[in-house]
Amino acid sequence: MSSDAAIATAQAPRHLLTYPRFIARSLRLATDGSPMFYGWMILLTAVCLVGVHAWATQVRDGMVMTNMTDHVSWGLYIANFTFMVGVAAGAVMMVIPAYLYRDDAMHDLVIVGEMLAIAAITMCLAFVTVDLGRPDRFWHMIPGIGRFNWPMSILTWDVLVLNGYLLLNLHITGYLLYMRFRGQRPARRWYLPFVYLSIAWAVSVHVVTAFLYCGLPSRPFWNTAMMAPRFLATAFVAGPAFIVLTLLALRRFSGVQFGDRPVRTLVNIMRVTILVSLLMVASEVFTEFYAGGSHTASAQYLYFGLHGHYGLVPWIWTSVVLTVIAAILLLSPKIYNKPSILATACVFAFVGLWIEKGMGLIIPAFIPSTLHEIVEYAPSLTEWRITAGIWALGLMVFTIALKIGIPIFTGRESLNAYRQAEMP
Amino acid sequence: MSEGKHTALPVLNNMTRRTAIKAAGATLGIAAFAKALSPIAEWAGQNTSMDEMLQKHYKELGPGEMDAVIARLEEDAREKYGAEEVRISDPKPTPGVKFAYALNLSICIGCRKCAEACHKENNHDRPSHNSYIRVLEMSKGSMDMEKGTADYDHPVPQDDKFYMPVQCQQCDAPPCVSVCPVEATWKEDDGIVVVDYNWCIGCRYCEAACPYHARRFNWTKPQIPAEEINPEQGYLSNRIRPQGVMEKCTFCLHRTREGRMPACLEACPTGSRVFGNILDPDSEIRWVLQNKRVFVLKEELGTKPQFFYFFDK
Repeated sequence: MSSDAAIATAQAPRHLLTYPRFIARSLRLATDGSPMFYGWMILLTAVCLVGVHAWATQVRDGMVMTNMTDHVSWGLYIANFTFMVGVAAGAVMMVIPAYLYRDDAMHDLVIVGEMLAIAAITMCLAFVTVDLGRPDRFWHMIPGIGRFNWPMSILTWDVLVLNGYLLLNLHITGYLLYMRFRGQRPARRWYLPFVYLSIAWAVSVHVVTAFLYCGLPSRPFWNTAMMAPRFLATAFVAGPAFIVLTLLALRRFSGVQFGDRPVRTLVNIMRVTILVSLLMVASEVFTEFYAGGSHTASAQYLYFGLHGHYGLVPWIWTSVVLTVIAAILLLSPKIYNKPSILATACVFAFVGLWIEKGMGLIIPAFIPSTLHEIVEYAPSLTEWRITAGIWALGLMVFTIALKIGIPIFTGRESLNAYRQAEMP
Repeated sequence: MSEGKHTALPVLNNMTRRTAIKAAGATLGIAAFAKALSPIAEWAGQNTSMDEMLQKHYKELGPGEMDAVIARLEEDAREKYGAEEVRISDPKPTPGVKFAYALNLSICIGCRKCAEACHKENNHDRPSHNSYIRVLEMSKGSMDMEKGTADYDHPVPQDDKFYMPVQCQQCDAPPCVSVCPVEATWKEDDGIVVVDYNWCIGCRYCEAACPYHARRFNWTKPQIPAEEINPEQGYLSNRIRPQGVMEKCTFCLHRTREGRMPACLEACPTGSRVFGNILDPDSEIRWVLQNKRVFVLKEELGTKPQFFYFFDK
């Protein structure tokens, strides 16, 4: 592989010249497009602005703008954070078949998965930031400058693995695109080790995030060894589901075709992971309810309501119904040739898990509180606005990444094409 | 995605127009973002300063630096709360002293005088009636908190009830301390778990980790009328907290480190509360621990509380 690289470098133009061109071209691609592209980006910008303003107001007036309390001290932000870590980790499900099983049809799509990971991690970091009471003090968390309570605090581990995962994916995506732009074969040593590392790293981001919760004996609802495996199982449903939806949307709106093989592979993955995920839910529910006792109070509140408080019951049953329908649809043989069924299954799975791993996971741990008081929680308008803003931000990052990535990766944009355009 | 096909002059015009529209769009976008973010500038202008933003961790502040910080905080109290007399001290733990608390459940009548005293002593936010103490009304015959309530509103004591005030247990293995990502909370040598209000980032992980509902968050800037402010303040205890940070019971360290009793103990009309130095063999707290059948809350979690409960009869 080193000889490959050597030949490539000898023939290729200098990076000092081509890299700025790559950046310039990427900027161009990111800001130029069809009316539909502009419309979509303006819509996302508008939603993002609403979120930015809501957040700025929350910083000024305090977290009192949310509906969180000393009883339910984490809410919609941390719920979304947890779910998005899963999406980021699940995006790597494109990478495993491509590299571990040498599935060539997946290779061109790996980059889509990695871009999704980048967008999802961006959202995670944003959700954590808006949850901070003092975002102006974020530098206290920077290792070396602040006081980083590592290795004791699992949150510091999470900071490391999330940012590390972001850098890894930025590197792999950036490198592969740049090489493609230069019309050069990527040197394996510059990406393959990182790809393998990113697979292990994807697992670690989600395991560490699970440890954040299950390491707290104060919250019996979270204090279960099932947490990390459950997180991974749901991640490997939600991530692929979103990628399938992306592929369907690309086919529909921009005519980009990736063939059926990758979708088939992803469906096969989801068929297994969604069943594993449902089995784990059933297992937890049995353990909670068969014997009962006061540690069951949170699960009781979540599924059936507790002492006349039913806040989460509609949420969780919606999730159960959506996930079960998605599982049935995924198992049906029609899923392969009916895009409408496939899309429905993916949307149901994605939304179902967003509820289960979001509100359904975070809120019940606080209800009842550690002194067994029941204070309910429903997100405030500010929280919904900020959350919508961050989703818009994530979709913007993802859209821009695809907008740059797809033309380059399909060879429509390259250094040569660029030169020809420059010198008519 | 068709810009690659452009050729020759007409494109130039087209490009310039496009560029102009894009530039206008970008300018508009940036202006809109700046406007959307403007509340932050308002907040920063009134509520924080460069000195405060760059302030070092409590344990890294030199003596001179600490004096400057305290002077700034006293000035803040005058300016923003109209409290003229505020004096902030920073008493240190005394070697050979480790504080512990015990509470006699047989004679506590659930009057919540302790919670009220805490509210006043510790300069809590007035509108939210915050206090570090919650008093649970429990059913006789059960230690299950699920059968208790903190929201009782009737004359006390009721015959079939007993009353259990809960506050920070100053655990020897405090889960809240280990989870903090920035070491903004720690256990002092005399056993008191404190928070550096100027270092906390407000992530509330400690609040999730505490099994005793002992921690509170400043959801907004505390509101206290000038005449109600307790001017005797400790840097690590009852000084007026900033918005967006955690706070908790400190066993009134600004009092107890000076040899006085916590405000909640002084306010108790029944003498249910016993406080002292667990290392002093002649102290009352030692006598209680040696002669009463004491227990701690949620012992099975391994947090090693230094707050003990006992029954007399």
